Amino acid sequence: MLQGWVIVLASLAYLTALFAVAYWGDWRAEQGRSIIANPYIYTLSIAVYCTTWTYYGSVGRAAGSGIGFLPIYLGPTLVFSLWWLVMLKMLRISKTYRITSIADFVASRYGKSQLLGGLVTIIAVIGVVPYIALQLKAVSNSFTILLNYPDIVMPAKVGAGLFLEDNTLYIALLLAAFTILFGTRHLDATERHEGMVAAIAMDSVLKLVAFTAIGLFVTYGLYDGFGDIFRRAQAVPALKELMNVVPGGGQRGSSWLSLTILSMLAVMLLPRQFQVGVVENVNENHLRKAIWLFPLYLLAINLFVLPIAFGGMLSFPGGDVDADTFVLALPMAHKQEGLALLAFLGGLSAATGMVIVETIALSTMVCNDLAMPFLLNRRWEWLNQQKDLSEILLTIRRSAIAAILLLGYAYFRLAGEAYALVGIGLISFTAVAQFAPIVFGGMFWKQGSRNGALAGLLAGFSVWLYTLLLPSFARSGWLPGNFMQGGIFGLELLHPQHLFGLVGLDETTHCLFWSLLANISAYMVVSLMGRPGAAEAGQASLFVDVFQHTQGFAGSRFWRGSADPRELVALTSRFLGPERTQQAFGSYARQRGVSSVGLLQPDADLVHFAETLLAGAIGSASARVMVASVVKEEPLGLDEVMNILDEASQVRAYSRQLERKSRELEEATQELREANERLRELDRMKDEFLSTVSHELRTPLTSIRAFSEILLQSPDMSVIDRQNFLGIITKETERLTRLINQVLDMAKLESGRTEWRMERLDVRQVIEEAIAAASSLFSDRQVSLETRLAGAVAEVEADRDKLIQVLLNLLSNAVKFVPSGSGEVAVYLLTERDGAKNSVRVEVRDNGPGIPREDQGMIFEKFRQGGDSLTGKPQGTGLGLPISRQIMEHFGGRLWVDSEPGEGACFILELPRADTGDNGRNEKTKTEEEDE
Amino acid sequence: MMKASLTGQRLVVLFFLGLVAFNFPVLGLFEKGGTVFGVPVLYAYAYGAWAALIFAMARVAGRRDDVPPASGPRG
Amino acid sequence: MTRTILIVDDEPNILISLEFLMKREGFQVYTAGDGEEALERIAQHRPEMVLLDVMMPKKNGYEVCQIIRGTPEWQDTKVIMISAKGRDTEMAKGLAMGANAYMTKPFSTKDLVAKVKEMLEAA
Repeated sequence: MLQGWVIVLASLAYLTALFAVAYWGDWRAEQGRSIIANPYIYTLSIAVYCTTWTYYGSVGRAAGSGIGFLPIYLGPTLVFSLWWLVMLKMLRISKTYRITSIADFVASRYGKSQLLGGLVTIIAVIGVVPYIALQLKAVSNSFTILLNYPDIVMPAKVGAGLFLEDNTLYIALLLAAFTILFGTRHLDATERHEGMVAAIAMDSVLKLVAFTAIGLFVTYGLYDGFGDIFRRAQAVPALKELMNVVPGGGQRGSSWLSLTILSMLAVMLLPRQFQVGVVENVNENHLRKAIWLFPLYLLAINLFVLPIAFGGMLSFPGGDVDADTFVLALPMAHKQEGLALLAFLGGLSAATGMVIVETIALSTMVCNDLAMPFLLNRRWEWLNQQKDLSEILLTIRRSAIAAILLLGYAYFRLAGEAYALVGIGLISFTAVAQFAPIVFGGMFWKQGSRNGALAGLLAGFSVWLYTLLLPSFARSGWLPGNFMQGGIFGLELLHPQHLFGLVGLDETTHCLFWSLLANISAYMVVSLMGRPGAAEAGQASLFVDVFQHTQGFAGSRFWRGSADPRELVALTSRFLGPERTQQAFGSYARQRGVSSVGLLQPDADLVHFAETLLAGAIGSASARVMVASVVKEEPLGLDEVMNILDEASQVRAYSRQLERKSRELEEATQELREANERLRELDRMKDEFLSTVSHELRTPLTSIRAFSEILLQSPDMSVIDRQNFLGIITKETERLTRLINQVLDMAKLESGRTEWRMERLDVRQVIEEAIAAASSLFSDRQVSLETRLAGAVAEVEADRDKLIQVLLNLLSNAVKFVPSGSGEVAVYLLTERDGAKNSVRVEVRDNGPGIPREDQGMIFEKFRQGGDSLTGKPQGTGLGLPISRQIMEHFGGRLWVDSEPGEGACFILELPRADTGDNGRNEKTKTEEEDE
Repeated sequence: MMKASLTGQRLVVLFFLGLVAFNFPVLGLFEKGGTVFGVPVLYAYAYGAWAALIFAMARVAGRRDDVPPASGPRG
Repeated sequence: MTRTILIVDDEPNILISLEFLMKREGFQVYTAGDGEEALERIAQHRPEMVLLDVMMPKKNGYEVCQIIRGTPEWQDTKVIMISAKGRDTEMAKGLAMGANAYMTKPFSTKDLVAKVKEMLEAA
């Protein structure tokens, strides 16, 4: 038996299954193994177009007007053949600029206008509410009917019962709760809901299967095939008429056409269709299959409409069974309990699918295009204090979902009874059709402006309100009856359904004609009257020329200013949460070849990226306001935008090739220029080097020549003087030799021609050797030497002679600078025990005058000697330390100085330890990493 | 303007064909009564032409000759 | 009256050689190892001639020369610049600073002595 609890249980079981599928879909999406990434699921999700209107309503409509239900499906079929042109562009635009709803699309196109986004949202909500009411009505009716099984009792007039006894209210609340669970579990930057799409696809399968099952049952179970039903119906005169003509009498041509046009527009512009068709699309290539698969689905679900309708009329000739309920009533009348339950579930799935997607889409719009702009403009202070804004966004969306469903319920109570299902749906279709001029105009017509869009939308919406929505209230008795006779001022000319005396059209066609006429004229006239602002012109070009704008960051061309990456990250994470934000910015940074977000160039591209990211969460208009709050923007004038556009489009159109060529040429020139610059710099350095070397050579030569000439010209010179002068000559000659050797050393090092004999060395031994070689220096100047060479083995990979050269250089420098007699030099060898990790450290300390901090880098440069005038000019060539440093660098080590003036100097050299098993190269890189 | 692809052009032609086929006066030609295999002529025409249109769309869209370049990485 | 001459150079060996050379020629010789010391000696001994090295600590030859020329009572002092830098620009700079002659290291002692004598006798 079909008792109440069975129906409720089956319904809940179905909803639970739906939820499970959604959960699974989300989970798979997070794993990166999307289950919806194929054209079949995409097609099934678009089939959310088929609601209870189709499921119950088509049969009702067919019963009343034969083939009259068909334009609603022929329109989408036709428009899908245009999808290749229209939808692909819409998709590309939306993905490039992260557009998440139809309101966002419009707002973004017309200069990120908050006003326009808000208006579209309001119209969408008002327009779609009747449509939601329709779903509630269908579910509640079917539930009531099924509850009375086995009797077939039409539900009582709504409004008769108390609110609390009205099961429609509970259905609305249940659907609201379900949708909230479904669509607002978390906030996503792209506003995509993979789980929801998966569930919708399942809905679409179920409603097709259920409807086909009823169709088969009626056609082949109750009757003997199509031919049999139609033959029997021919016998009934009223039905014979239905079968052979398109209904509608003299108006049928216009009605038919207007229904076709309406459904063409609705399948693209209804918020839920935009959601599944554009926002949830995973891959543009899915369009290729969806183009014909979706019409095929429509054909399949309509295949049995006529047999069921005629079967119903033959079975219930009395007319006391509402044709809208035939799908359910036929199996019930023939005691097919299971089939009746399936029929009910099919209807439920059609309703839930529609309600879920529609309210999610609308709640996104309400949140992004109404609530956010309001908060940003009026409650900025409050908003600024909130840390986690994503929670607030979710709360707004959840409330919006509940509110929209309750509005749907309210409309159902107010006006639901006066219309059949299809009639209610058409009110919504006509409202949504008002978006067509500004959406398609925006995609293909650059001149379309924000003011034009506002004017068109307002004009079209007002006409719709006056000629279609208010009459629906009037018909239900909620407006004075004379409204229908003579409009607001009692003027016949303003008759809501015969505006300006236009008769001969049905009410939908009448409304469509006047509203679109007003809409399109206002849009075009106002657009052509003014010049668009700079922001609008930029956006217009981005939309219309979306295929030409190169990938990714086209939007940033129209922006100029500066920003702090950290502020952008902070702002974004308030809306998206830190995790998602870090992820997004991290991958952006990687794409840019930068290691961390902090290093990103604060340029227009970055700002645009952040704005696009935010746009996904809060809509483009609000995103623009938010981003503007943290960046310094320099507005571009209209002329500048136009220049950018002109330039870009001309270059694009005529000379992309030329541009590439000239860019290549420019690059080559630039490279040549840089190479030339490098050569010139090298030349200059060489010149300077030669000049310095020659100066250093000339000085000892001067002494040598002077003394030689003196000796030559003074034969009578004393022996002591002679000895003295000859000694000087010898010393200067040695100096000259040393200098020449070091210059050659340096030249070899720099040109890489030095021969290295790398071997494993014990640093302690090398130090001892060097000290032995320098011992005469110490004794000459009476300088004491202290050594502390650690006991641990300190092995390195190096060239023995070169390492000794470095140590000797350091030792002789130290000796040179300490005071004679009281000078002290110390050599320390430090190993791991002393904190030198993975390296060996040698320190050469002295108690000389020390080196001023500003000179500590300089002394490692060529020919830049330290020492001040107190001690006079130091002895040496000015090449010892530069050579030593180069040698150390070759070993993978370092050489630097640590000194406080007046407290002596400490030269430190560090070499990577050559550990057993490790080769020198590894050590080398290790040390370099530590150095950073 | 976007250079309409060959697929796009073919589909546009189908669109106009369908628009004519599914509207008056063409539709009126089938209001004369009679049946085809037991199905009223009007219905047979509507569903038959519909199926034919879908078939043609499938043929046209299934041909891979020109696809506009895919969009860049998202984000 | 003995002619006085100041020799300025930061290379001790060059100072020794020039001192010997000039003493042999009968001049009263003073020496200085850097620019500031040179100025002190000039103020102290008012030499008739200065042999001035260019590259020195504290004050270089150019600066010393400039100060000499900027001091009215030192106007008559003859200056010969001696430098290891032999490029035309450096010579021109030395003369522009007010040096009476410029000699490049290494120089011939004979030439130097001749130049010194010639300039002192012309005075």
